[in-house]
Amino acid sequence: MNKTNHSTLSALPHGRWATVLNVLGPGFIALRLMEMGLVPGASISVVRTAPLGDPLQIKVRDYQLALRRTEAEMINVSLDSD
Amino acid sequence: MSASTPTDLATDMPALQAQSLSPSLTVAIAGNPNAGKTSLFNALTGLRQKIGNYPGVTVETKSGVWYLDDRSPVTVVDLPGLYSLNATSIDEQIACDTLVQQGDLPNAPDVIILAIDATNLSRNLYLATQVIELGPPTVIALTMFDLALRDGLEINVPQLSKELGVPVVPVVARRQTGIHALGLAVRNVARADVPRKTIDTSMIRKDQLLNRYQRIDSLLSRVLTRKKSESLCRTERIDAVLTHRILGPLILLAVILFVFQMIFSWANLPMNLIDGAFSWLSHLVRATLPPGVFTDLLADGVIAGVGGVLVFLPQILLLFLFIALLEESGYMARAAFLMDRLMRSVGLDGKAFLPLVMSFACAVPAIMATRTIQTTKDRITTIMIAPFMSCSARLPVYTLMIATCFANQKTLGFISTGALIILAMYLLGIATAVVVAWLLKHSILKAASTPFVMELPIYRIPSVSNVFHTMISRAGLFLKRASTVILAASIVLWALAAFPRTTGTSATEQVSNSYAGRAGRLMEPIIKPLGFDWQIGIGLISSFAARETIVSTLGVVYNVGDAEQSGSLVKAMTNAKRSDGTPMWTPLVGLSLMVFFVLACQCMSTLAVVRRETNSWRWPLFMVSYMLVLAYVGSLVTFQGGRLLGFS
Repeated sequence: MNKTNHSTLSALPHGRWATVLNVLGPGFIALRLMEMGLVPGASISVVRTAPLGDPLQIKVRDYQLALRRTEAEMINVSLDSD
Repeated sequence: MSASTPTDLATDMPALQAQSLSPSLTVAIAGNPNAGKTSLFNALTGLRQKIGNYPGVTVETKSGVWYLDDRSPVTVVDLPGLYSLNATSIDEQIACDTLVQQGDLPNAPDVIILAIDATNLSRNLYLATQVIELGPPTVIALTMFDLALRDGLEINVPQLSKELGVPVVPVVARRQTGIHALGLAVRNVARADVPRKTIDTSMIRKDQLLNRYQRIDSLLSRVLTRKKSESLCRTERIDAVLTHRILGPLILLAVILFVFQMIFSWANLPMNLIDGAFSWLSHLVRATLPPGVFTDLLADGVIAGVGGVLVFLPQILLLFLFIALLEESGYMARAAFLMDRLMRSVGLDGKAFLPLVMSFACAVPAIMATRTIQTTKDRITTIMIAPFMSCSARLPVYTLMIATCFANQKTLGFISTGALIILAMYLLGIATAVVVAWLLKHSILKAASTPFVMELPIYRIPSVSNVFHTMISRAGLFLKRASTVILAASIVLWALAAFPRTTGTSATEQVSNSYAGRAGRLMEPIIKPLGFDWQIGIGLISSFAARETIVSTLGVVYNVGDAEQSGSLVKAMTNAKRSDGTPMWTPLVGLSLMVFFVLACQCMSTLAVVRRETNSWRWPLFMVSYMLVLAYVGSLVTFQGGRLLGFS
C-alpha cells in the first residue's frame, strides 16, 4: 500500500472507499467510534457533507452514520485503489 | 432456532393456575438504537403498556404484559437503546446496569431478549456477544428479517445460534411473525439456571474490542452470504435528494411549514370544538344550578380547567403523529444531520432542532418531543429554552397590544409597525434562547463531550401500529400526568379571582376586590417600574394559567362584556387613563408587556409537562424563576431605557 494514499477520514474524497488504519484521540471517543464498528481494517466511505460543511455522512459495515469533522479527523484511512 | 418441541405446548395450563403457581417471568428487551426494540415491544404487549420513570432520573421506563401461548403473563421491559456495555449516557447506563447486575435488582429480568437488526449484523453482534458472555439467559430476536431476505442476505440461523450458544429467532414484528417461537425460546431458557459472570465494564480495552470485532467478522463469514444491499441502495438514492446541499434544507423547510400548517389550522377545528363544548357546558351549569360559590367553582374552575387540559389534545395527537412518522421513516435523523452545525453553535446537537421549531406552535408537545434527544443534559437544556419560542398562545396578546398601542402605524411609510414588532418579539425569544442555552451548557448543564455519532437508519415505510402506539401513549401520558396539575392550578387561580365574595356587584368590582385584585395592588410598586398598573397585575396573575387568559381578564377588569370581540376591549384600553390623566396604554407600555410575555414562563401546562418529563419539581421551579427574573429585567430595561431615550 502506497504511503501517499493515507489521509484522515475528514479529507477522504466523497464516494471513494478506504480502509481504516487506526483511530487516534481521546480514549473514550476513540473507543466509542471503534465500538460502532470503525475498527482497523473496516471499509469506510464518505457519502457527502451536510449543507454547512459538517457533519459528514459515512458508510461503514452495512450502515450509515453521521460523524462530525472533529471526530472524522481522528480516523486515519488508506484509500483503496479502484 | 430454539429447540422447541410440541411437548412445550402440551404443558399448557389454565391461565389462572399458571399465574398462581409460578411467579411470572420478567423479560428485558435490549439492543442497539434503531434495532427494532420498540416495534418488537409493541408486537409483544399490544396496548398493555405502562410508561414510567426510573427513580431519580429522567430516563423513561416502558413495561408491558405479554401473554404467551399458554396465557401465562410475562412482564416485558423495553430498555433504552445502547451500543455497548461501555455506557456513555444515563440512558445507556440504566440499560447497562439492568443487563450487568440483573441478579441483584428487585425487578431483575429473568431473560434478556436481544433485538438484533438482521440487516446490520456485525455492529449489532458487538453488543450481543458482550451480553451473551455475561451469561444471563438470553434469546436473540433477529428483527427486520423480511428486509434482510429482500436485501438478498442469507443468514444461516441454526449455525448462528450454535456459534453464539443462544436461541436465535427470526421475527418480523410488524407482521407478528416469529412471536410464537420467541415465546417458546424464552420459556426454555428461563428454566435453565446458569451461573452468571460479572465483568468490569469500565475496563473495556482496545485490544478486547478489536478481538471481538475479529471474532464477529469471522463468525459472519460462516453464517452470512450477502449480495448488494437493496435497501441501502434505495436509502442512498433517497438521501441524494433529502440530504442534498441545497434541496435538503429546502425540503426540511417545507416539512416544517407543513407541520405548522397542521398545528395552526387543522388542530384549530377540533380545538375550537372542545373550547366551544366546554363553554357550552359551563353556560349550561350556570343556567341549571342556582347561583353560588359551588356553581361558580364548577363552571369557572373545574369545567374551564378540564377544558384547558383537553384543548391541548388535538395538537399533541397531531404533533406525535408527525413525530412518529418522521422517526419511523428515518427522516428525523436526517433533519438532525442537516441542522447539527447550526445547533452546535449553541452547544446542542442536531436532534434539538425539531423540538425547538415545534415550540413555536406550543411548548407542551415540543417538550414531550425532546424524548428523541438521547443525552440527558442536552435534553434538559432544550426543555429549558423551548418556552422562549413565541408560541401560538402569545399571538392574541401580541395582537391586542399592537391593536391598542400601535394601531395603523407604519414604518418607512409602508411597513406595518405592528408586523415589525411581532417579528422583533420572535427574534428576541430566539436570541434569548441562544444565550441561555450557551450559559446553561457552560455551567450547570455542562457535559463531558461525547462524540456525535448518530446512526442514519435506512428509510422505511412507517408502521401504522407503531405510529398509533406513539400517539396514544403520549396523549395518555399528557392526560394522566399533566392534567391533575393543570386542573389544580386553574381552580386555585379561579379562587383567587372569586374570593372574597362581594355580592350584588359587577364582575369588574368582584375581580378588583378579590385576592387577585388585592395582589395586583400589592404588586403595583414592584411592577410600576415596568410601566404596569394594578390592573395589568391582575392580568399577569391570571395569565399564569395560560398566556392568552390575560385578554379575557383585561376584558373583565375594563368591564367590556365579551373580551373575545376585541374591538370593545381595544377601545376601552385606548381610553384608559393613569391617575395623572395621561394615557395608560402607551406604545412603550405595550412593548414592555410584550417583552414580559416573550420571556416569562406563564403557562402552567408547560410547567406540568416539564415536571413530568424531568421527573422532579426542581427543573420546573428553576424554569419559572429564572424566566420570571429575565422577564422582569427585560421589561424594566425596555420601559426605563425607552423613557431615557425620550419615548413614551
